[in-house]
Amino acid sequence: MAESQALLAVQATRLQRRKVLWALGIGLIVLFWLSLLLGRYPTPGLLSPQRLLSDELANRLVFQLRLPRLLTALFLGMSLSAAGLVFQLLFSNPLVEPGFLGVSQGAAFGAALSIVFFSSKALVVQTNAALFALAGLGLSYLLARRLRYGGWVLRLILAGIAISALFSSGVGLLKILADPLSQLPEITFWLLGGLASLTWQKFFSVLPFSLLGLSLLLLYRWRLNILALNDETAFSLGTAPQRERTLLIVAAVLPTAAAISVAGMVGWVGLIVPHLARRLFGADARFSLPGAMLLGGWFVILCDNLARTLLNGEIPLGILTSLIGAIAFLALLSASGKRWER
Amino acid sequence: MSKPLLVFDRVTFRYEPRAERVLSDVSFDLPVHQVTLLFGPNGCGKTTLLYLSLGWLRAEQGTIWLDGRPLPALGRRERGRWMALVPQSEYISFDYSVLEYVLLGRAPHLPSLAEPSERDIEIAFGALGRVGIGHLAHHSVRELSGGERQMVLIARALTQQPRLLLLDEPTAHLDLQNTYRLVQVVRELKRQGMTVLMTSHDPQVVLALADRVVILRQGQVFRQGTLEEVFTDQVLQAVYDIPLQVTTVDGKKTIQWL
Repeated sequence: MAESQALLAVQATRLQRRKVLWALGIGLIVLFWLSLLLGRYPTPGLLSPQRLLSDELANRLVFQLRLPRLLTALFLGMSLSAAGLVFQLLFSNPLVEPGFLGVSQGAAFGAALSIVFFSSKALVVQTNAALFALAGLGLSYLLARRLRYGGWVLRLILAGIAISALFSSGVGLLKILADPLSQLPEITFWLLGGLASLTWQKFFSVLPFSLLGLSLLLLYRWRLNILALNDETAFSLGTAPQRERTLLIVAAVLPTAAAISVAGMVGWVGLIVPHLARRLFGADARFSLPGAMLLGGWFVILCDNLARTLLNGEIPLGILTSLIGAIAFLALLSASGKRWER
Repeated sequence: MSKPLLVFDRVTFRYEPRAERVLSDVSFDLPVHQVTLLFGPNGCGKTTLLYLSLGWLRAEQGTIWLDGRPLPALGRRERGRWMALVPQSEYISFDYSVLEYVLLGRAPHLPSLAEPSERDIEIAFGALGRVGIGHLAHHSVRELSGGERQMVLIARALTQQPRLLLLDEPTAHLDLQNTYRLVQVVRELKRQGMTVLMTSHDPQVVLALADRVVILRQGQVFRQGTLEEVFTDQVLQAVYDIPLQVTTVDGKKTIQWL
């Protein structure tokens, strides 16, 4: 019977997706430990485990510099990808990325403001960036509530665009005011994004927000699908669409803002990884959300490995994620012309 | 006759405080196990009335009763177990499989953070079978034709296991064959005891399905009653202001333009 075949096909797909999730997860653990040994000390390549035990400098290098950096890269990738997938679902729009509600530009403005007027100390810049990222979200939300045009989702999108534009012109202004020899390069470097000066302290300042936000999103993963539907339909299925969407937006922005505040602008992760995840796991967030998190971890760790080992000096991470992300996006688009039609 | 499932008692509604009334003083009963059709010209308030029944919109004055309780007294999930909405159309942005999509109908039966179990999958699969698209379970909803998509929306509603089904213009985008199929599906659901409230512009669908008809005009109930009582030349001419005639062929009513 065609019906029982269909049911078998559904079960086979589910089993297949579980297997791929496990493979990605185990692979990510292996990648993580290999990356820990990868670097340019004492020679470019992998550090041998014996050397790690015997060499005091190697030991400090791995545990004081590489480990917190890798952990941050992991959480950065998971946060941006999860937030991107959730945003794309909540806004029923495959082209939004997690910073678009004024969060990315808000963080950039906060960081630049701090560098020009207060202090270039890492902690001050980070705190400012995080505060302004949340302020960007708050302003977008307030503006969306005041708009008298279209539905809630459309109003949020419009408000996000307007607030982002406001902050981004603010960044432009700050660049002109900045001292071109000392402050301007710092702003530029921050905007390019990177994990070069990562410490345990920075990692631990990000961790609680990432854990809180990501756990909430994971717990909600099935009901996320309902919130991608029209308001009336989502309501008819027993949800409070506006309230639940707002809660989930906050849960997605918290880890995003925390990640951006330590790493600067690391572009394209939150846009491309969710697409890849949906391609591998289908649209259902029960699979695509954990899938996006694992893939995000893979993507950022790989990019950061390149950033710190490819050249003698450090390549800003944001340049690599944008370059590789955009190429991957082009490849995805051209590989599947039919499925992208609206 | 048993007591009605849904009662509109002098319901008035407007979208903005000072705007014109969309519905004024609307009263009608929805008998259980019957198909009631909301009929009337564009903009007469049919969809608004459907959303009021759902609880998505709140009446400005008057009360809506569901099974003897005022509608706002029901919790969100409880309401979702009582009734299901089949929207006129639904834009689907992502590649869900048909089964994944229909499974969302289990939400009102599950605690907040729970996921559907094997039992829920059985129920969803059963609903697909009832509307005749079980063989499409593993297809992507975006690959389906318009008629199949409409069936997916109905299957999702049935997965909610509701007692009241709200259908908004279910045949609006369907060709003749799919309209026929939809009529058969609704008839079968009624036979199994479902109570249905639906809107339609299509007199053929009304004639094929309706036990009772509520005709709205300019936000008010113009006529209500059985198909026999309401679907007459005089009433329809008055509602639409065009010359037409209701004739009976082989014991079945049809509508003719003059």
